[in-house]
Amino acid sequence: MNKLVRSRLFWPLMALIMLLIFNALFTKNFFSIQIIEGHLYGNVIDILKNVAPLALLAMGMTLVIATGGIDISVGSVVAISGAIACSIIDGRIGNFNNSLIAALTLALISGLLCGVWNGLLVAKVKIQPVVATLILMTAGRGIAQLITKGKIVTINSAPKVNEYYFIGAGYLFGIPFAVFIVLIVLVFILFFVKKTAFGLFLESLGTNNRSSHLAGIRVDKLKLITYVISGFMAALAGILISSNIKGADCNNAGLFIELDAILAVAIGGNSLNGGRFSITSSVVGTLVIQCLTTTVYALGVPPQIISLVKAIVIIAICLFQSNQFREAVFGRLMVSKKSKDLSAKKGAQIS
Amino acid sequence: MINGILKKNFSIIVTIMLFLVLFIAGALTYKGFLNAQVFLNLFVDNAYLIIVAVGMTFVLISGGIDISVGSVVAFVCMFSADLLQKGWNPVVVMLLSLVIGTFGGYIMGYMIHYYGVQPFIATLAGQFLYRGICYVISTESISITDPTYSFIANYQIKLAPKMYVSISVIIALAMVLVTTIVLKYTKFGRNVYAIGGNEQSAGLMGLPVARIKIGVYALSGFCAALGGIVFSFYTLSGYGLQNIGLEMDAIASAVIGGTLLTGGVGTVIGSMFGVLIQGIIQTIIIFQGNLSSWWTKVAVAALLCLFVVLQRVIEARGQQVKQDKAVKAETVISK
Repeated sequence: MNKLVRSRLFWPLMALIMLLIFNALFTKNFFSIQIIEGHLYGNVIDILKNVAPLALLAMGMTLVIATGGIDISVGSVVAISGAIACSIIDGRIGNFNNSLIAALTLALISGLLCGVWNGLLVAKVKIQPVVATLILMTAGRGIAQLITKGKIVTINSAPKVNEYYFIGAGYLFGIPFAVFIVLIVLVFILFFVKKTAFGLFLESLGTNNRSSHLAGIRVDKLKLITYVISGFMAALAGILISSNIKGADCNNAGLFIELDAILAVAIGGNSLNGGRFSITSSVVGTLVIQCLTTTVYALGVPPQIISLVKAIVIIAICLFQSNQFREAVFGRLMVSKKSKDLSAKKGAQIS
Repeated sequence: MINGILKKNFSIIVTIMLFLVLFIAGALTYKGFLNAQVFLNLFVDNAYLIIVAVGMTFVLISGGIDISVGSVVAFVCMFSADLLQKGWNPVVVMLLSLVIGTFGGYIMGYMIHYYGVQPFIATLAGQFLYRGICYVISTESISITDPTYSFIANYQIKLAPKMYVSISVIIALAMVLVTTIVLKYTKFGRNVYAIGGNEQSAGLMGLPVARIKIGVYALSGFCAALGGIVFSFYTLSGYGLQNIGLEMDAIASAVIGGTLLTGGVGTVIGSMFGVLIQGIIQTIIIFQGNLSSWWTKVAVAALLCLFVVLQRVIEARGQQVKQDKAVKAETVISK
């Protein structure tokens, strides 16, 4: 029992299962999946399809947070990459012949560049991550507006619109194509994190920056890499979002998605102070958020109330993850021995 | 002596200089910019942001962050608009708003301190909660027609012919004055700096860490609620989508004003000038005429970048000086 509770995946999975049970009981046809024109349709498929951008962002965010940083610029990067991709496909900027390849490549490169900028500010100039990424967060939407000249770019009449639309909203073997993208990226990142020393280094420098440096880990380079990955993920998410609506809306694309991404990481049981992390539980965290949204829609509650529901869920999950809270409410039953020792030590230090 | 004062307040002096430079640049470039009312309007239009930034400064100095303030402002506007429409007494509505704002901050502070929830996440929950309640009250915009509110909103305090400020400005300046004194000369203020510098040592020194940390968030909630009241004078309406992203403006103001997000350093006056600098950029862009308003964001971001880099340089130089001194001391001892 103790081992189970202590596992990072336990709380987010519990939350997800509770939500699913709730839906099984109270939402009609929540689990029904229909096949229409060879595509799968249903609430569950919807969740998988709509969670894709958030899941990508959360993966990048987990790595950044593992180093003790944070990246609040991802929403703006989403806007920038969407703006670039749509403008090129519509032939508004440059001379790319509405090429899909050029659009995707340049959009992704823009994400990489944003990541490099953030990474340099954090790793080389040594600015606190919140402020460093706040700069791009503030400027990013302005930059996106510069690219689209202040207009909302719609690509309905562009020659390659169907191919582009396929990326975010198409179906492969009856399953949304976006799901495949997420799975490929997830496998790739998991491989990178688990099978190379990269993951270990990240945890090490999130736990103690200075001793990692003294142990010979190239802290600056690693930090830079995490921000670049996060920027890349944001650009990819931007492509998915803009392709799903066949257009780029610089003001609203990815607005507040950074908060959701950070929330997913927190729901996944990762400490925002850095250190041990799990990509998989962050992805489960995004599923919790998306499932919640879909549930609210399915119940027919006014969609604006979603933020109220989210708030209650955050509070509940944060409190359940807090050892101090569990101890105060449930007594010693639910508290793992290790954390009890830790909090006892803490108490001794303070008193 | 003068050198010492300069060194100690370097970053706030840079902020004020920048404000003056921007103002002079505007005055030289655009006709009618050097009007006293243009200057006073900086305060009139940004009074609510100054008040919110004051609370934010306290939180940032203590080493935390509060991203719920934008939603608190929207909530207070919505809440007051709704109650006033139902015929409540305006004074009661204002007091109730302040109490709710302070209590909300208290709860967030309690969660942060006693349950070890990260400040970013706890206040994120607050942000969603307040924003959600806005929509529960109404998804439409509600206008405020209460005579007391309209009176306060339209009352002009004449400083000279054709020069006026609103009551909101007086409230904002009073807040800046009071909090400056609190931060500089009271136990509470000094303790906030101490906790921001190093929470553990502050605890070991016997400072009441819990009370101060929670107090800081309660104060930020109070300021946000007051900012909300002032904002409701400014717009005379409540709407659930108001002031999205205000918290980032407040944080940017504080950073431009010389507050360090790692805690322990910062002044309320600096944050006020941070707000005014954003205001003056906006004014310049309005005077320029054919630039869109999102240029403000780009300019503010550029300034933000400039200031954090500048702060880093100052910090690095300070460390260098310390190291040199240490080396000198060592050589003296070895001799």
